[in-house]
Amino acid sequence: MRYHPHTPEDVRQMLEAIGAPSLESLFRSIPEGLRLRRPLDVPAAADEIALLAELSRLAARNRVEHPPFVGAGAYPHHVPPAVDQLLLRGEFFTAYTPYQPEVSQGTLQALFEWQTFVTLLTGLEVSNASMYDGATAMAEAALMATRLTDRSKVVVSAAVHPSYRAVLATYLVSTGDEIVTVPYGDDGRTDLQALAQAVDGKTAAVILGYPNFFGVVDALPEAAALARKAGAVTVSVTSEAVALGLLEAPGKLGADVAVGTMQSFGAGLQFGGPAAGFLALRQDAIRQMPGRVCGATVDKQGRRGFVLTLSTREQHIRREKATSNICTNAGLMALAATIHLSLLGKKGLHQLARVNFERARLLRDAMQRQGFGLRFTGPTFNEMAFEVGDAAAVVARLAKQGVAAGAPLARWYPQDARMKGALLCVATELHTPELIELFARSVKG
Amino acid sequence: MANPTGWKPSMEKESGSGGTAGDVGAGGATRGLAYEEPLVFEHAASERVGASLPAVTGKVDPAKEIPAALLRGEIEGMPSLAELDVVRHFTRLSTWNHGIDTGFYPLGSCTMKYNPKSSEAAARLPGFAAAHPLLPDEMCQGSLELMFKLERALSEISGFAATTISPAAGAHGELTGVMMIRAYHLARGNARKKVLIPDTAHGTNPATAALNGYRTVEVKSGPDGRLHPEAVKAAMDEEVAAIMITNPNTLGVFESDIAAIAEIVHAKGGLVYGDGANLNALLGVARPGDMGFDVMQFNLHKTFATPHGGGGPGSGPVAVKASLVPFLPLPLVVQEGPAYRLVTDPKERPQSIGRLREFHGNMGMFVRAWALIRELGPEGLRRCAELAVLNANYVRARLRDVYHLPYETDSLHEVVFTDKLQKGADISTMDVAKRLIDHGFHPPTVYFPLVVSGALMIEPTETEAKETLDAFVAGMRAIAEQARSDPDGLHAAPQKPVRARLDEVRAARKPVLRWTPGMKVE
Amino acid sequence: MDFPDDLQYTRDHEWCRVQGKRATVGITDHAQDALGDIVYLELPAVGDEVKKGEAFGVVESTKAVSDLFAPVSGKVVEVNSPLADAPEAINEDPYEEGWMIQIEMSDPKELSDLLAKAAYQKFVEEDAE
Repeated sequence: MRYHPHTPEDVRQMLEAIGAPSLESLFRSIPEGLRLRRPLDVPAAADEIALLAELSRLAARNRVEHPPFVGAGAYPHHVPPAVDQLLLRGEFFTAYTPYQPEVSQGTLQALFEWQTFVTLLTGLEVSNASMYDGATAMAEAALMATRLTDRSKVVVSAAVHPSYRAVLATYLVSTGDEIVTVPYGDDGRTDLQALAQAVDGKTAAVILGYPNFFGVVDALPEAAALARKAGAVTVSVTSEAVALGLLEAPGKLGADVAVGTMQSFGAGLQFGGPAAGFLALRQDAIRQMPGRVCGATVDKQGRRGFVLTLSTREQHIRREKATSNICTNAGLMALAATIHLSLLGKKGLHQLARVNFERARLLRDAMQRQGFGLRFTGPTFNEMAFEVGDAAAVVARLAKQGVAAGAPLARWYPQDARMKGALLCVATELHTPELIELFARSVKG
Repeated sequence: MANPTGWKPSMEKESGSGGTAGDVGAGGATRGLAYEEPLVFEHAASERVGASLPAVTGKVDPAKEIPAALLRGEIEGMPSLAELDVVRHFTRLSTWNHGIDTGFYPLGSCTMKYNPKSSEAAARLPGFAAAHPLLPDEMCQGSLELMFKLERALSEISGFAATTISPAAGAHGELTGVMMIRAYHLARGNARKKVLIPDTAHGTNPATAALNGYRTVEVKSGPDGRLHPEAVKAAMDEEVAAIMITNPNTLGVFESDIAAIAEIVHAKGGLVYGDGANLNALLGVARPGDMGFDVMQFNLHKTFATPHGGGGPGSGPVAVKASLVPFLPLPLVVQEGPAYRLVTDPKERPQSIGRLREFHGNMGMFVRAWALIRELGPEGLRRCAELAVLNANYVRARLRDVYHLPYETDSLHEVVFTDKLQKGADISTMDVAKRLIDHGFHPPTVYFPLVVSGALMIEPTETEAKETLDAFVAGMRAIAEQARSDPDGLHAAPQKPVRARLDEVRAARKPVLRWTPGMKVE
Repeated sequence: MDFPDDLQYTRDHEWCRVQGKRATVGITDHAQDALGDIVYLELPAVGDEVKKGEAFGVVESTKAVSDLFAPVSGKVVEVNSPLADAPEAINEDPYEEGWMIQIEMSDPKELSDLLAKAAYQKFVEEDAE
């Protein structure tokens, strides 16, 4: 076995040094009745050639020949090869959490850069070193808001990603906090009147998508003003972080906390994971922040260096009183996003966002030429819901042609009759004008 | 701005880290070309671009559709670098890091074994890497089949009825497991109030219990480092929802009374949670499901060698007994004839605790873990446990005359020493750890578990060869010797890395958590 | 290790200096040494009520966190607010600059549960073994 370097002679010498008669005898502390006395029932070992052939066959059963027209929380974007090649540097790739800062300055400085990118994109003052994903980041933000305000009601827009809301519900079952869901209007934005009614002196957090699940740029400033008046924390949620290259930073619009995923930068689709979740907040809330954070300091000789800091909030020190139980996060994916954002830079990020905006307009025009109008009237970035008749049938039909057509919204909003024909589609820099035209015609059939 | 890192040319000499020819650590550490590297934001402002993108046509104007207050242009502070600038920046940063690919990484309880390169190739197959998580089932049969097979294999390896693979990491798996425990009790009319946690447990255990609204009760381990049935019996009552046990525990010791403990807990209606952080020691040798555990989380990055990448991603599948299957979170993959289907609708699983991820879990990690399981096969999996335990015991045998061994009890995959024998010379575990760096080794886990004062927790894993262990032992012995002959030299360690000991107090008292223009840290 | 004669001590390593109805509270030299460099402190506000034996605040070093327990019950009448920006004073001068709060005692009889210097010193020594 190529990963097991021991020769029989090594084993013999080592057992002798230990004073043990056999490998078997090393396990004598496990009572006989608890031992497994048969080989595990897993497939027989495969050599590398057979292994890769088998996995290639399996991978080929996925249909990925065209960039998907579905986003809905995971966005198809071009990842420059430089990102993955740098990511594969073994010093990054095969390192553990930077508990020993002297030999982890590479990871630590990169995390500090990640934290800076997150604050630049969100317009907030502090970012942690990453979260598992956008949905858990949102749940953690809600819990943080309950601690910050000492209140227990979380108000969330129905236009926030349904899976994110499902995760929030799962997390809040055992804390006893209340979730109030506020409807959306025909413009696809959160119903501000309903929001005003829902937000009161018991409200810990107001949660809005930016852009929201329908791709609509939601009424963040208005919602934040309502929340502020009630003393609640405003949380903005962003799944498509490229949008932050064109849209004003949520922190500038009144959000106190910004969460989401940086999947659009460096991660690729990977069937939904891993990607780096992010959580940014105002400086005065950092004692309640979940997860690791990296800070700058100096070494014994006065040179700048980086360490994990403020760790007394975390589980390994505060144990049952920790702000969260999170330990492992998504550090490597944070590095991927950091490399990708460094390559894009100031001009590139804005350009990428503009190209996405334009491609989505090409999609809108192409769909309109086929007779498919928009479901919502609110402003959008690169994703929008079209009225296509029977959306589920369209998805099923295009699947046969190897095209992922979009997300049929009725699947997530079965109670809302308006959603029957709604198909949520995305267009990014990967969708060429020709492909977009072809797609719109295929939807028509 | 020219030299924001604080490095001065004279420093190499001052720090004695010039790396003369004879100055080679036991692990072969020297100094090569080393670069100071500013933050990516501190590179001279330029108009360079590092990305190749389609041009903006300018045919549509965002301001016509989106209110002006919600728009912005280029973000001030973002870097403006060419591709080579960025490539050099991150390549240089990487050289400031230690990884398994560079050297020995005996971080106890973290199981830093070699991360196979073929697993990387597999995860990068376009069919896996480019699949959107919302593809219709018929378009993603490959991913679903792999998830299904991995779930089956993990259930078999651990001895449980079923496994959810969606949790994001070990601690997330713990959260999932305790949520299922809570749901199980609730379905019987009472969620109960307490969770028992041994004093050797990882901090994630009490934090997880608290997140679920449980009060934690600590159970002391015995003088042999094991949990004793009497201690559990004394703490156990009908308010206790579960006990969380890591087996082998964080001392590397097998909880040999686990069956009796499980009986005590079950007799009062409680459940036994298994923290699978140390599962590597048991692969193919024994299964938690056969010992009385009701639920257990895996850490794929530990046991199945998915890369940890400086802090994550992980993947924390959770295996359960039949009694907990109805509570498994969504989604789940089921096999229906020749096809696989993703179950996402709560109506199909009315007792499910719900969803824990925006999508299905860390697929990239599933592919890697499955690739390793396939290459190892049943014999290879068992061999992992055997060699991991052999390696830990070899280190134990070769160091026990120079470092204090707080527990005589048999070690499995890891061994815990302390700094008790060095204390006389005012040498602490931290000094030993930092000096190991100069020898070319990543330090072991230090000051954990909390029940051992000055703990040094060493886990070599099975992928390390005898020569590596011999070199590590030589380094550790040299340090024990230096503690007697030159304690001051130890306090000054490490000398060789790009940074000396860092001021953690300063970092915490005056937190600087992001770059700002003109930033100075002195 | 320095334990002034004129103070009274708790088994949780707080000290207490009594002047009339007022008790000034801090942590002992032993406590600051065990915690290491203190980086953060959370104290109650003036006017808050504290209860003997219950936590009134939190003190943190880089690697440890500890609750602060009130030696006596009463109302907080003064808080050493400069400590928030310079918690190192607790390490440097635990009994003077490093004082934390002043309590107006509601039940001075509670003082009888506290330890005098000798008893506390013995307690610390026994604890070390």
